[in-house]
Amino acid sequence: MHLYNLTLQRATGITHATHGNFSGSKLQEIVVSRGKILEILRPDPNTGKVITLLSVEIFGVVRSLMAFRLTGGSKDYIIVGSDSGRIVILEYNPTKNAFDKVHQETFGKSGCRRIVPGQYLAIDPKGRAVMIGAVEKQKLVYILNRDAQARLTISSPLEAHKSNTFVYHLVGVDVGFENPMFACLEMDYEEADIDPSGDAAQNTKQAITFYELDLGLNHVVRKYSESLDEHANFLITVPGGSDGPSGVLICSENYITYKNLGDQPDIRCPIPRRRNDLDDPERGMIFVCSATHKTKSMFFFLAQTEQGDIFKITLELDEDMVTEIKLKYFDTTPVATAMCVLKTGFLFISSEFGNHYLYQIAHLGDDDDEPEFSSAMPLEEGDTFFFAPRHLRNLLLVDEMESLSPIINCQVADLANEDTPQLYMCCGRGPRSSLRVLRHGLEVSEMAVSELPGNPNAVWTVKRRADDEFDSYIIVSFVNATLVLSIGETVEEVTDSGFLGTTPTLACYTLGEDALVQIYPDGIRHIRADKRVNEWKAPGKRSIFRCAVNARQVVIALTGGELVYFEMDPTGQLNEYTERREMPADVICMSIGSVPQGEQRSRFLAVGLADSTVRIISLDPSDCLSPLSMQALPALPESLCIVDMGGSEDGQSGTLYLNIGLQNGVLLRTVLDSVTGDLADTRTRYLGSRPVKLFRIRMQGGEAVLAMSSRSWMSYYFQNRFHLTPLSYESLEYAAGFSSEQCPEGVVAISTNTLRILAIEKLGAVFNQMSFPLEYTPKKFVIHPDTGKLVIIETDHNAYTEDIKRQRRIQMAEEMKEAAGPDEQELAQEMADAFLNEDLPDSIFGAPKAGPGMWASIVRIMDPIEGKTSFIHRFDQNEAAVSLAYCKFSIQHRAAILVIMFVYRQLPEGFSN
Amino acid sequence: MSGAERYNIHSQLEHLQSKYIGTGHADTTKHEWLTNQHRDTFASILGHPDLINFMAICENETKARIRFNLVEKMLQPCGPPPEKPED
Repeated sequence: MHLYNLTLQRATGITHATHGNFSGSKLQEIVVSRGKILEILRPDPNTGKVITLLSVEIFGVVRSLMAFRLTGGSKDYIIVGSDSGRIVILEYNPTKNAFDKVHQETFGKSGCRRIVPGQYLAIDPKGRAVMIGAVEKQKLVYILNRDAQARLTISSPLEAHKSNTFVYHLVGVDVGFENPMFACLEMDYEEADIDPSGDAAQNTKQAITFYELDLGLNHVVRKYSESLDEHANFLITVPGGSDGPSGVLICSENYITYKNLGDQPDIRCPIPRRRNDLDDPERGMIFVCSATHKTKSMFFFLAQTEQGDIFKITLELDEDMVTEIKLKYFDTTPVATAMCVLKTGFLFISSEFGNHYLYQIAHLGDDDDEPEFSSAMPLEEGDTFFFAPRHLRNLLLVDEMESLSPIINCQVADLANEDTPQLYMCCGRGPRSSLRVLRHGLEVSEMAVSELPGNPNAVWTVKRRADDEFDSYIIVSFVNATLVLSIGETVEEVTDSGFLGTTPTLACYTLGEDALVQIYPDGIRHIRADKRVNEWKAPGKRSIFRCAVNARQVVIALTGGELVYFEMDPTGQLNEYTERREMPADVICMSIGSVPQGEQRSRFLAVGLADSTVRIISLDPSDCLSPLSMQALPALPESLCIVDMGGSEDGQSGTLYLNIGLQNGVLLRTVLDSVTGDLADTRTRYLGSRPVKLFRIRMQGGEAVLAMSSRSWMSYYFQNRFHLTPLSYESLEYAAGFSSEQCPEGVVAISTNTLRILAIEKLGAVFNQMSFPLEYTPKKFVIHPDTGKLVIIETDHNAYTEDIKRQRRIQMAEEMKEAAGPDEQELAQEMADAFLNEDLPDSIFGAPKAGPGMWASIVRIMDPIEGKTSFIHRFDQNEAAVSLAYCKFSIQHRAAILVIMFVYRQLPEGFSN
Repeated sequence: MSGAERYNIHSQLEHLQSKYIGTGHADTTKHEWLTNQHRDTFASILGHPDLINFMAICENETKARIRFNLVEKMLQPCGPPPEKPED
């Protein structure tokens, strides 16, 4: 028995993210790990769209990810801590579009173990050393340097182990060019393990320990250790050397503390809390992630709390001493696993669950009326600051990356009656969860639809000059006429283009530098840049029947099956080749590849004949029009297309492929040997019920093929892989590439009597998705057997029902009024009303955490096509639906009965349903 | 078995026990064993992002909070050790 598995959709959640100049250019990229996939993303600074450059399966678990740069270098390397028991340093190679493994040092057993390093990574900010740590005991330091050829070198590991110690977090301390230093949050459990009374465990304190790497002695020493009052969960490096005061920020429950070696006293500031929050009052608040932004003159930190509120943290300095920590509420975004602030002013948020976001930082929050909290403000012990969350003010959403993570339940069914079934998925958690409907196909965005005066047969786009960035004309051919539209700010008809309008057109193309060619049944019209026209007339009663054209060559088939070949000479003249060639059967279709860069001509012509064969014919001057190879086909051909795919973006050529569309709806893809013209390695795919028409278009700097049958498909090469994906769009008849300022890589297509301009942006995606929001984490759903509607149960732990939420708000408003003195009643009333009318949707600001043992749950009936909810049953607080099914009982013949299982837990005191 | 060999094996075991925490010996108590099992498990959960996701969804807490709680719980996952019998 064999088990075969195929990944349809790669993981979309992000576990780690870090940014840097990985390609060595000025642009910053983001490297993300998706569990077992490493991916490099580039936010386009102009459009703000995030492009995936590379995605690599690593067949392991990424546990930590860091970027670093050697002193004086301009390119960042990537360090990966994984479950392999090795430290791996990667370099992104933009020409090969691959990660190059620079170093791989083994230090331990594989697996995510307690004492094998890999869980934590810390980099010396000057890029001189890296520390890799385990959850317990082991920490190794590697020294990074350059050799004589400026290649990165790595030393043998230096141990910084400490037994009986757990590690919470590690960071490199910025000490400028002094000996590299690492700060570590540790907890020693030795005492607790031998004290039967349990007192030692109660009194065990977390400690912050500084490890110094003595570069002269090649040795790591525990420089200094100090126990902390609160337990902290992570550390932030503060810029040092000439950039700042050095030291670390310790983020602990409810507090953030600045600490440094030497005379510096600790500076401590409470983490502000939301005013009038419905959260369980017993809960502490921690920061979950942070990002640092540093320029030559200033630096600040952004840190996000568990509720998704981002604070901007700045430090006040008096010479080299920190005197004050200042926190200011910045904005609220979904809770992130990692944040990256880019030099171009973007903030990348990789959400814990659900879609990821790219924001533009529009304001730094410097001059607004938002209160600033400072460690210098007097506060009683245990007291804290309060702020009011609000909608985005400083950030501007520019792009959203879809993420299905976590998928809790999924069913495959054709509820929309579309022949191909859809995937119905319950995704996300809490108020950001959704029901998503996935359809196999690329998402197509419709840029324009315009009606034409009749049903056209074909469409092309041409550039006036070959080096123009965008297309100049759209040419539409009808049964007895040709329409020329010019592309500008608007698309309108022109008559001075030089094209013949009174005849149908077979093909047109930009010839040479700045000429155009129109092939029509009676001849070839060569339009020079100065509007001079050279005509070649078809001889006698014969007319042109089929043709193939590229920027330098024209091949036509005359009725009767004779091939005539033209080539452009250096003066820009089209010259007929002296011989013509008779074909053994009628020509059905022809194709010629584009002229390779730096060459005079494409050397191959492919001809599909009525005897169900495809023949490759040489266009080389030495054996012009002589047959090279032949392939027999299972059915009559309909269309041919030679494309060059798999080359790099800078024009290096890849492999030639001959695509053959058959009249029975099958697409064949065959490798065309670029030297001998031999055909080999044929791949077959059924596309649809209609004959397959093929069109060559440009996608991401390379060539791609649009194949049209009863469905439209796109065959393209993306991230070192072939993709053949249907377009999620109605069926089309004819298409051509389209490029304008608004839509640099689009498609112009005809469907009955309309002309459509389409853009295909999400290359690489296999599914296009529709998303409908839900209220709580969806647990399970069933499909109603008769109506096809979905019944979904949504249940959250640690949550309030809508009802209890409302009760609690009213209760808090009452308390507000009671707390006010008699002369403040009016003000209190206003405040209470404002509080009750506050509109902060849970989907953005998070649902209040009710505390352990509090459950909220609903059952929903939803129409999966429209996404409309037709019925909701809200369970009382602490009734939690856990499972459901449809049952048919023998006594009840008529309908299926829905059975829902739920559990009930006693409400705590002070609550009533 | 000669005396020297026995001594050798003994020292090898001791070496293993000091190198790999949790390696058992003749006097391992139930509590020690259980504590080690728990710590190993928590460390494994910490290392696997999918298990962190799983726990974060169940408890409806942030992943950072789950990680923090796990390390906190590693201090004494099975309560204080039992009183050592006087011998």
